[in-house]
Amino acid sequence: MTEVSPHVDGNSLAGPLSDIFAVDMTRAWWRCPDCGSTGPLAELHVYGPDPGLTARCAGCDRVALRLVRHEQDTWLTLGGAEGAFRFRTAP
Amino acid sequence: MSSLSPGFHGRRRSTSLTDRLPPGQYPTESFPVLSAGPTPRVPTETWTFTVTTETGEERSWTWDEMLALPQEESVHDIHCVTRWSKFDTRWRGVSLDTLLDDVETTAEYAAVHSYGGYTTNMPLEDLLDGKAWLVHTYDGYPLSPEHGGPARLLVPHLYLWKSAKWVRGLRLTPDDEPGFWETAGYHNYGDPWREQRHWGD
Amino acid sequence: MPLPWRTARLVGRADETATARTLVLDAPGWPGHLAGQHVDIRLTADDGYQAARSYSLGAPADGTRLELGVEPVTGGEVSPYLADDLPVGASVEVRGPLGNWFVWRPEQEEPVLLVAGGSGVVPLMAMVRAHRQAASTSAFQLIHSVRGEADLWYREELGRPDPALDVRFLYTRKAPPGSTRPAGRLTAADLEPALKRLTPAGTVYVCGPTGFVETAADLLTSAGQDPATIRTERFG
Repeated sequence: MTEVSPHVDGNSLAGPLSDIFAVDMTRAWWRCPDCGSTGPLAELHVYGPDPGLTARCAGCDRVALRLVRHEQDTWLTLGGAEGAFRFRTAP
Repeated sequence: MSSLSPGFHGRRRSTSLTDRLPPGQYPTESFPVLSAGPTPRVPTETWTFTVTTETGEERSWTWDEMLALPQEESVHDIHCVTRWSKFDTRWRGVSLDTLLDDVETTAEYAAVHSYGGYTTNMPLEDLLDGKAWLVHTYDGYPLSPEHGGPARLLVPHLYLWKSAKWVRGLRLTPDDEPGFWETAGYHNYGDPWREQRHWGD
Repeated sequence: MPLPWRTARLVGRADETATARTLVLDAPGWPGHLAGQHVDIRLTADDGYQAARSYSLGAPADGTRLELGVEPVTGGEVSPYLADDLPVGASVEVRGPLGNWFVWRPEQEEPVLLVAGGSGVVPLMAMVRAHRQAASTSAFQLIHSVRGEADLWYREELGRPDPALDVRFLYTRKAPPGSTRPAGRLTAADLEPALKRLTPAGTVYVCGPTGFVETAADLLTSAGQDPATIRTERFG
């Protein structure tokens, strides 16, 4: 059985998130509001990279964060559909 | 002379192509799979497609009922916001005109939802008048789960993220309700010819 | 402060298998890194188009020298170019070091089990080398699962006897002549003796393709390994 486009780990978000956060985000602790799973961001399941990076709970697939990059801008959405922040990440 | 990654072209982006290629796109032969989550496996035995109006009225079809509706075969160019375009893709399915034919509504928008939780949105008029289909067959074969099977929406005049995979229904709404990528930085409408990729485009 | 993109020059390339390569880059100003960390590599085409991907570092910090392992993905945009097309002497951009979760630090004293699937051995090799460099006396075990002998990475280095490292190769498709274990996927029986030796409580690092990591993590937890001691890194 071949799964197309399987997920990778939250660890892969270290670079993209370093554009926005001053601390290493892979060790950020997260608690899933749906299933209660807890752990570091490094253990989330990440889908993408296109059209964006979607990090989901390893226990129940709830969306933890989404990251969309386009030229000089990065949009960060924490959680499901609550609206995104746009960061100017390139000069 | 730049020594920075010489010979790297990314995926070939042609500038010589015809007027069928929207700005910023390149043609591809392959059909890349993009994912924002695990691929749902939806058996056709339990599959349904439901239209819900703004008054809460529901119209539902099982797989067999959907297949009993008039089927249309159509060929389209499709355009992904990640810059690939694929010409002459061949689909079979039911026109949204057929599905919405006897649905009473004054709603102006459609909120599309899918198995697996994906959502997207568009003006209702973009689903009507022969512009959108519920498709289950691609190039003569049943649509694979990776490409959105058993059935996906096909709205070829908008970027492909609007053509929701694993679609399970539409809610007709008076107000626009931005979906999964529309809330995360992607353009609310997504017209490839106007290069509406992201917020502010 | 966001991590800067640095220019890094390709100074060497070596074949690990028929398709996989080790790339050696020189990155002036590199601040150093921990074993297990990765970098993002960014390529820029003539028309300004950019693509970035993550690659694990295969060796511990060594001045401005970076060693990456690249297994090209068929039809991939970046990996085939890095594996075979980027000329030695040319440059890419690199950003890092990245990730502080999937790392081994020389001050760790507990026994460690490394479980690698295919090219997932790359960051684990950085740990093996860091462990050796630090002359650490903590017990280190490596289980390296590959399809066949031709797919082994770091063959010569891992084949050398090392009292501080216990290495086991598992073959999933074709076992070499004389193997006592028939070819097949990782099983509970493969992990059992390694876990027995993982006392007192040790750490397990698992890296490989997604399916391999899921299987290995399930086998480990079923065998009673505390999930809090298992660190995984999946790639596509």
